[in-house]
Amino acid sequence: MVGKIMNKQNGKYLIKGEKGNWEVIIGLEVHAQVISKSKLFSGSSTKFGAEPNTQVSLVDSAFPGMLPVINEYCVQQAIKTGLGLNAKINHYSVFDRKNYFYADLPQGYQISQYKNPIVGEGNITLDLPEGTKNVGIERLHLEQDAGKSIHDIDPNNTYVDLNRSGVALMEIVSKPDLRSPDEVNAYIKKLRSIMRYLGTCDGNMQEGSLRADVNISVRKVGDKKLGTRCEIKNVNSIKFMQMAIAYEAQRQVELLESGKSVDQETRLFDTKKNETRSMRSKEDAHDYRYFPDPDLLPLNLDKKLIEKIKKNLPELPDQKKERFIKNYALNTYEANVLVSEKEISDYFEEVVETSDIKLAKNWIMGDLFASLNEKNISISQSPVTAKIMAQLINSISSGIISGRTAKEVFEIMKETGEEPNKIIESKGLQQKSDPKELEEIIDKILNNNKDKVEQYKSGKDKLFGFFVGQVMKESEGKANPKLVNEILIKKLK
Amino acid sequence: MSIDKDKIKHISQLARISLDSKKTDALAKDLSSIFKFIEQLNEINTDKTEPLSSILNEPLRSREDVINDGKIREKVLKNSPQKNEEFFIVPKVIE
Repeated sequence: MVGKIMNKQNGKYLIKGEKGNWEVIIGLEVHAQVISKSKLFSGSSTKFGAEPNTQVSLVDSAFPGMLPVINEYCVQQAIKTGLGLNAKINHYSVFDRKNYFYADLPQGYQISQYKNPIVGEGNITLDLPEGTKNVGIERLHLEQDAGKSIHDIDPNNTYVDLNRSGVALMEIVSKPDLRSPDEVNAYIKKLRSIMRYLGTCDGNMQEGSLRADVNISVRKVGDKKLGTRCEIKNVNSIKFMQMAIAYEAQRQVELLESGKSVDQETRLFDTKKNETRSMRSKEDAHDYRYFPDPDLLPLNLDKKLIEKIKKNLPELPDQKKERFIKNYALNTYEANVLVSEKEISDYFEEVVETSDIKLAKNWIMGDLFASLNEKNISISQSPVTAKIMAQLINSISSGIISGRTAKEVFEIMKETGEEPNKIIESKGLQQKSDPKELEEIIDKILNNNKDKVEQYKSGKDKLFGFFVGQVMKESEGKANPKLVNEILIKKLK
Repeated sequence: MSIDKDKIKHISQLARISLDSKKTDALAKDLSSIFKFIEQLNEINTDKTEPLSSILNEPLRSREDVINDGKIREKVLKNSPQKNEEFFIVPKVIE
């Protein structure tokens, strides 16, 4: 590979070729599974993980004469998502047949939307280390998901499970506004976060509820015209998406610099070899012969319905971020982290309702996040609930325990979910804050170390730490450090 | 538009209909004349006409989001040329 990736100070991702620097142009087609009980055009369940082919109706398996009837809730979910993307909702949209042949597509066509999608142009704000960036949304349309082909049960045959067949998808197409793998990462995360706030898609990439096709082209820095693009399919995690982009961009630069051209084609990312390769079987695939589905009438949306959905939208990540910065004196980074998941922001707000903000954000973003990572669980699965987290913080604020002891208490909480007050009580971890009691300990230490006291008084200041250490040892770490300091200074005068 | 042999081959491939190569010439001729007939429509100026998606002036009927179908695996799999108790079985398709 001749190309080298340069990350210049202004954060630009460029590929250094032999004949100059190249810019990478990326657009994403995200397929987001709609949260609904039943499918887009039938009454079968959408629940993930059921026994194969048990959530299939005669509509989903394309028996002759079966007619699709649209699920009104899925339509509302698409409108909701469109509004969350600041997009134009189209009062008139049409369902089309996208024709292709595949074993997991029993109809022989996918019901999708082609010329008249339900949602038009919108935008999304990315939170990047160097600031925010606006990325355009081209459109959002509703379509059916396909079934699932399973290749690893039998060496000679493919097994087909149609449980997913007909589940509603939102295809969300971005403008070619993304310029680096990091921006792609930020885009997917933000889109996922918005949909999770809205409750329109759970964003679970492992279960395939969020998948993306990546469109990539390259052009010389300064060029205005877009280059020929390739579409990469089969990328089911953000990490693979980033790897695929890095590989594909370099491949295209090499082709162009050696005087060849990029073929517009569908490529697939091989995660084992870390490379993309042409999917020859898809050569004809773009000949989809779209036409309006005669089984479905055009979808006309009532203004009132859109207004009603708009009125009931929840607070979205960007609005919440602004409010957090204003109300809780957070910096942008902290606000971004705390609003990234609705569950995290809810947790934070519950904790700060009854406890100190500064301690709360440090504990949540520090020890709590570390424990979640360690156990690979989400905040809502954490044994440390917001209620007991607030209790722990309050016992630090009120001086019952020191920050150091609090860490010890937290170690127990994260395993057992026990209330910190009970842990402190049963282990006798309360801080010693009674001046009389502390004075007794200090007197004892000073009496036992008369020689050191003399040395200190004759100028060996460093010994102060020694006395503090001895007091802490004697009190089994429970002495209130602030008080110990004060008393020691007085006694050693 | 005149339809040639290659076009016939392409269309039959997309439709997954196998064709006897002896028939392609006759088919090409037939399809060409059908197209010629339909293409008379091109003589009409439709610049200011919205494409028509449906001739029915009725709203799209919808349903509530309730689960009231599925759980009929035996019925669904019944007509499959190859199957087991759980799956449709098809010739290996893999990239």
